[in-house]
Amino acid sequence: MSTLVALARAHAFAAGRAQPITTVRHLHVHDRPLVLIPLAMAGEANAPLAAMLGSSPADARLLVVSQPRNRDERFTFFADLAEAVVPYLDSFAGATEAVPVDRGRDVRHRFVDAPQIWVPNPGGADFLRLLGRSTRFRRTDGDFPVPASVPRLGQWLTFLASSAEVPGSSLLVNAVQALGQHWATGQSAAEDAHFGSLFAWITEGVEAAREAENGPVAGPATDPAFDNEILAPLITAADPALTGVLRELLTPTWERMWKSIELLRDLPAGARVGSRWDSDRDAYSAYVEHLIEDGSPQPRRDGAVAAAARLQRLENAATRYAVQRAFDDPLVMAEHRLTGQAFGAVVTLAKADRIDDSGKRPVLRPRIMVATSEAVRVEPGAALTSPARPAQKAKVISVTPGATSTDVVLELSGGMGRKLVAEPGSVPEVGEQLLLTTLSEAYRPGAAFPDPDDTPWTHGGPPARPSVDADDQ
Amino acid sequence: MSQVERLRGTAPGKRHNARTVAALTGNPGCTRRAVLDAAGVDKVRLAERIGFPGAFGQSRFALARGNAFEAMLKADDCALLRSTLGAYVGGYEDLGADEDDTLSARHTRTRALLRSGAEGLLDHPLLTLDVAGQTVFLEPDLIAYQNGSQLQVVEIKSFAIIDGQADGTAVSSAAVQAAVYVLALRRLLGDDRVSHEVVLVCPENFSMQPVAVVLDVRKQLSTLKRQLSRLASVSSLIESLPPTLSFDLAQPVADLVSSLDTLTARYAPECLSACEMSVFCRDEADGRTELLGRPVREALGGIETVGEVLALAAGTREPEPDQVEAATLLRAAQRLRDEAL
Ligand code: SF4
Repeated sequence: MSTLVALARAHAFAAGRAQPITTVRHLHVHDRPLVLIPLAMAGEANAPLAAMLGSSPADARLLVVSQPRNRDERFTFFADLAEAVVPYLDSFAGATEAVPVDRGRDVRHRFVDAPQIWVPNPGGADFLRLLGRSTRFRRTDGDFPVPASVPRLGQWLTFLASSAEVPGSSLLVNAVQALGQHWATGQSAAEDAHFGSLFAWITEGVEAAREAENGPVAGPATDPAFDNEILAPLITAADPALTGVLRELLTPTWERMWKSIELLRDLPAGARVGSRWDSDRDAYSAYVEHLIEDGSPQPRRDGAVAAAARLQRLENAATRYAVQRAFDDPLVMAEHRLTGQAFGAVVTLAKADRIDDSGKRPVLRPRIMVATSEAVRVEPGAALTSPARPAQKAKVISVTPGATSTDVVLELSGGMGRKLVAEPGSVPEVGEQLLLTTLSEAYRPGAAFPDPDDTPWTHGGPPARPSVDADDQ
Repeated sequence: MSQVERLRGTAPGKRHNARTVAALTGNPGCTRRAVLDAAGVDKVRLAERIGFPGAFGQSRFALARGNAFEAMLKADDCALLRSTLGAYVGGYEDLGADEDDTLSARHTRTRALLRSGAEGLLDHPLLTLDVAGQTVFLEPDLIAYQNGSQLQVVEIKSFAIIDGQADGTAVSSAAVQAAVYVLALRRLLGDDRVSHEVVLVCPENFSMQPVAVVLDVRKQLSTLKRQLSRLASVSSLIESLPPTLSFDLAQPVADLVSSLDTLTARYAPECLSACEMSVFCRDEADGRTELLGRPVREALGGIETVGEVLALAAGTREPEPDQVEAATLLRAAQRLRDEAL
């Protein structure tokens, strides 16, 4: 928890209203998202009770399992869910665009758009992950055949749930996290986990939030009192009123989901949100290709090589996301300024035409001096960047603390054109306000991993092909 | 009449179980909870009576599934449980239903059977533990499995283990609860007789097929011991409370609330899922930074109230000597926030 966000929580408490903690939006908001609110049957491992879903606010579809222990009903539910969700997911595998690769020597193609599914909270995303696990190995032949769309749904849900673990991905979004990244409430994170309460802090304020705490849950877990007093008698009596009761239960969440999407859509998007959505489109395109060419379901567990590679991808994505958020958003950058990882400064001296000719060839290495009153926690030799000139590196030559401010001398390289004279505007001028940070967008190459088929025996040897079986029920 | 009986009043004492002991040690700094629990006050009813009810029910669907799973394991002389544990030798004895009037008889029988060291499964053993200066009976929700010279705690849980993984919260609370039983057994039989490895029996994947997993609860045991020893001091505190203090639910609400006021609470948002008094304590903590959670409070330099935080951040209040560092940080944060917005 950064002190800036904590302070925003304190302000929210005093104001009785949530406070912004960003100046821009940090996730992609789709024009045609699919909202999906799953509801689980208590006590069962991932048994669905209902789901409300649709891709427009006026078009809520409700699927209900009226006898949750009836296996046929459960499979009808899976088939109906697949029929509603898979066509949406497939619908973006249409128009493609060419992307240059290998320094422009080649191109590859990716779809111009990708799907985006919204669930209310992290529990909803986890429920979809388990739903994916329980359906992707289903067989379309044998004793308990299911329609082909069911294992396909399982593969898609598994894909979406695993992309949701990638920081900055917007293919599967949960509203609690998305709202919580942009607003601070005057309550604790534990209470923010209640979607209705968090939403009310943002839209109406503290009193509505307290009321929402006792209102209908956003799933996937139901309220025990609801189970005991309302659900149980309806299920026991096989009462057709169940559907109406569940619709009433889910409708407030449905409406809040769409309003949350609107709220976020209205914020201006951060400059780097688009490039992260590009990565999401890459992931979607690659998975569509996998389904066409290979089609095998994801294994139950990653092999050693895949797990290590995945961990590294997640770490890289986390770093990239943190840096990009700071570069896109002065309020996020302020958190780094507070810890001394970034500082605002004014240029006091500039030698834009300085040439370093100590090497084989002379190179352009302008030097500037900046003065700051903020805490500076950098050492000579450190490399800094400025979000205004992300391609330019500023090496710290000296740090001289004074009575009221600190002077920092920097040597610049990159981002000034190819000649020995800097392009106009590429070297900061005296009087210019600069933000300098140790955060860097530079690409960090990952470690090399062996091919999965060459997994050493110390790490379990090559993984087996996923086998298909029916361990359900 | 002892002081704890006076505190509780006319209501029968609320029984302890592994869950309540675990919750007690979850917030060991809270005197209010320690005293109420030591006195066996029914906190659910107390909270309702004073107008701050919480939601601490359990779904009957979850209960039904748990019971069905347990019954399946124990059918036919525990055939399925034995094969899950690999426990084919020895007998199975069930000490029976949990009723108040047979407490001491069942405890005596439990002791005799456990001390005999005979191989086999002992269901519903009635154990005791010293909590906050009181010897309490624990609800016997475990099976003691005598395997060679060691006794193991077996807990049947109905959450699923899917591809070798289970819900982290469920597993960690099961581990703390099992540690409560291990500790109670060790206090009875000696440390080396009882294994620190406990067995959880859960349904596997999406089926009702049981699977056994072994958990090492040494870490939970040492936390538990440390926190129980801190709670021991509560008994002297209880002795020092005024003899008129009572939580008898028959009293007027205002009297109950003022009784509660005499016991210092230490609210944290974690209380909301762990303590029946939490809605009341949250209301009482209004305006204090602990309401926002421990990480937030720490990030605010440990300042106690939201009002002080904002005044220090705005520079309208002179910091106390121990607030100087926090105040500098808060002012810097406020300046950066204003600049960016
Ligand atoms: S809710 Fe109140 S009584 Fe319970 S542990 Fe928290 S502070 Fe103590």
